[in-house]
Amino acid sequence: MITLIAEKCIGCVKCVKVCPFGVIVMKEKKAVIGDGCTLCGACETVCPVDAITIERVVKDIDLTHYSGVWVVAETEGAQRVKNVTLELLGKGRELAGLIGQSVSCILLGNNVAKFADALICHGADTVFIAESEALSRYTAEGFQPVVTGLIAQYAPCIVLFGATHAGRDLAPRVAASLGLGLTADCTGLSILDGLLLQTRPAFGGNIMADIICPYTRPQMATVRPNVMKMLQPDVNRQGTKVVVPVSIDASTFRVAIKEVRDSCQTGVMKIDEADIIVSGGRGVCTNGGFALLEELAGTLSGVVGCSRVAVDLGFRPKSVQVGQSGTTVSPKLYIAVGISGSIQHQVGMKSSDTIVAINKDPAAPIFQIADFGIVGDYREIVPAFVAEVKMNGGR
Amino acid sequence: MKVIVCVKQVPDTSEVRVDPETGTLIREGVPSVMNPFDQFALEEGVRLREAAGGEAEVIALSMGPPQARSALMKALALGADRAILLTDKVFAGADTWATSLTLAAAVKAAGKPDLILCGLQAIDGDTAQTGPEIAHRLHLPQVTYAEKIMLDGRTAVITRQTDSGYEVVEVRMPALITCTPPADFVPSTPPYSAITRAKKKPYEEWGVDKINIEADTLGLRGSPTQVKRVFSPPRRDTGVMLEGRSAAVIAGELFQALAKEGIL
Repeated sequence: MITLIAEKCIGCVKCVKVCPFGVIVMKEKKAVIGDGCTLCGACETVCPVDAITIERVVKDIDLTHYSGVWVVAETEGAQRVKNVTLELLGKGRELAGLIGQSVSCILLGNNVAKFADALICHGADTVFIAESEALSRYTAEGFQPVVTGLIAQYAPCIVLFGATHAGRDLAPRVAASLGLGLTADCTGLSILDGLLLQTRPAFGGNIMADIICPYTRPQMATVRPNVMKMLQPDVNRQGTKVVVPVSIDASTFRVAIKEVRDSCQTGVMKIDEADIIVSGGRGVCTNGGFALLEELAGTLSGVVGCSRVAVDLGFRPKSVQVGQSGTTVSPKLYIAVGISGSIQHQVGMKSSDTIVAINKDPAAPIFQIADFGIVGDYREIVPAFVAEVKMNGGR
Repeated sequence: MKVIVCVKQVPDTSEVRVDPETGTLIREGVPSVMNPFDQFALEEGVRLREAAGGEAEVIALSMGPPQARSALMKALALGADRAILLTDKVFAGADTWATSLTLAAAVKAAGKPDLILCGLQAIDGDTAQTGPEIAHRLHLPQVTYAEKIMLDGRTAVITRQTDSGYEVVEVRMPALITCTPPADFVPSTPPYSAITRAKKKPYEEWGVDKINIEADTLGLRGSPTQVKRVFSPPRRDTGVMLEGRSAAVIAGELFQALAKEGIL
């Protein structure tokens, strides 16, 4: 329930400007909240005099009317949908089947409605589309009220986000706004006794934990990219598109983006989406070292990553750094070249399906987690392997 | 200017294992350290205090068992002006929701800060959730994944990581920022003299009575998420070493092995 204490209201109109659903109007210099309020909380957050409060009952509630598995879509602007969204739709279908519910996707952005069909092909029954110029780039202030408002209005049972930078910025903000639990960086999701069983690594991957959220709805989780399987797109799948009218004024945002420095070009595969990563460490930080890895990655249709030292020494950009202070990846194949394998690096790549390590030091810790270890000079091994792959017709 | 830095004492995660018999964490003998992301946030806080000049203070705030005092002593040695440890049995077992409730209430009780700095995430839980949740509870704007913070009057200019590179953003204070060390960050080791001085700086321990929150919304009881079980990650099969042959032979063996697994 939303309450506006008229005596406290100073008529600053901040709430009117910030309401993404356009339901607050001014009457006699006081804000009035109209019908259609979704309880998204944007007004409560900006009110300078605490005149607006939202009360949400979060405990001891009837959980049975919460239904549906939702996926919050992530796009690269108007260029493409991120793989993690399609992966979550695939997983969402499986979960929804187990509890007899439907799958919906929330698609926010600018000029993104064109992606709705692809989302349906990959498993969505319903796509909620909210478009605004102010949503063309991800911001917590633009996205959170819309996501919160839709969840409050439609009461889904499960909501999944990608565990990307943007997803990890957005999901806790949404969870806090709704008074919900949230499980971070899941690598496994299943249903146990009707509840979402969320499996995640902790303590740097040294332990795994199963988390449940028995008393609040929706059950929410962020999920690592490249872990869940996306479905083969089915062009005959039918779904519903629901356009959510929003009016968002970016000038009300308190955090203003002044400059964007994208180190990866749009359309180029990101490190957390690649299914093959050829990664280089200290041993490769010499002239021409990374060129050999580029060639191997190219032959395998993979991408080049690196350990922290390669960033420190200026050989590679931070955006491709794998590890605790970089990106966590879980590709099908991770080839570590000249990487000793510190704990911090292992945290970021240990969940890869298959690990190949090439290092001249037989005592390098990377060999302890490698499926295939090669002690030797990468300048001989890598070109020989490239030749072998090419001889067998590439990948 | 008032800066509150949230710090957490964490086990050195590389040492943590699960007891295969009981399925519980073995924490004995595991050294405790200040969460490395928080140390960067703290050093940024101290740097910003110097840059801001005038009346400025850095408060280190932590929630944890009494032994978390040692992380706060390190914070004081690294330059924080005073430290507060939230320690009470009712805080124990909190998930990020209950932790952020406790920390947000403590921030209110400690007086309105201009900046709240947190580490991006703690290396034991790796959730990155507590910072944004505190921000929402205090109705503050948030900037996550910050690598660099500059002040321009009442505005913070922040370089932050994004999924595709970097963004430079501006936010008017008050605001909450979660920090992640850039590649060239070298954590400071406080000299002995600073460690001695730290012992004389103001240090307080607060229980639940200090923060004006009902006890049943805190700690384990107030946590919507529950840990059902912990277990060891599936062990990787022992790897195969390919060695003692020419590069071409090894390359061929590797290709065959990967093809056999359906990867290539």
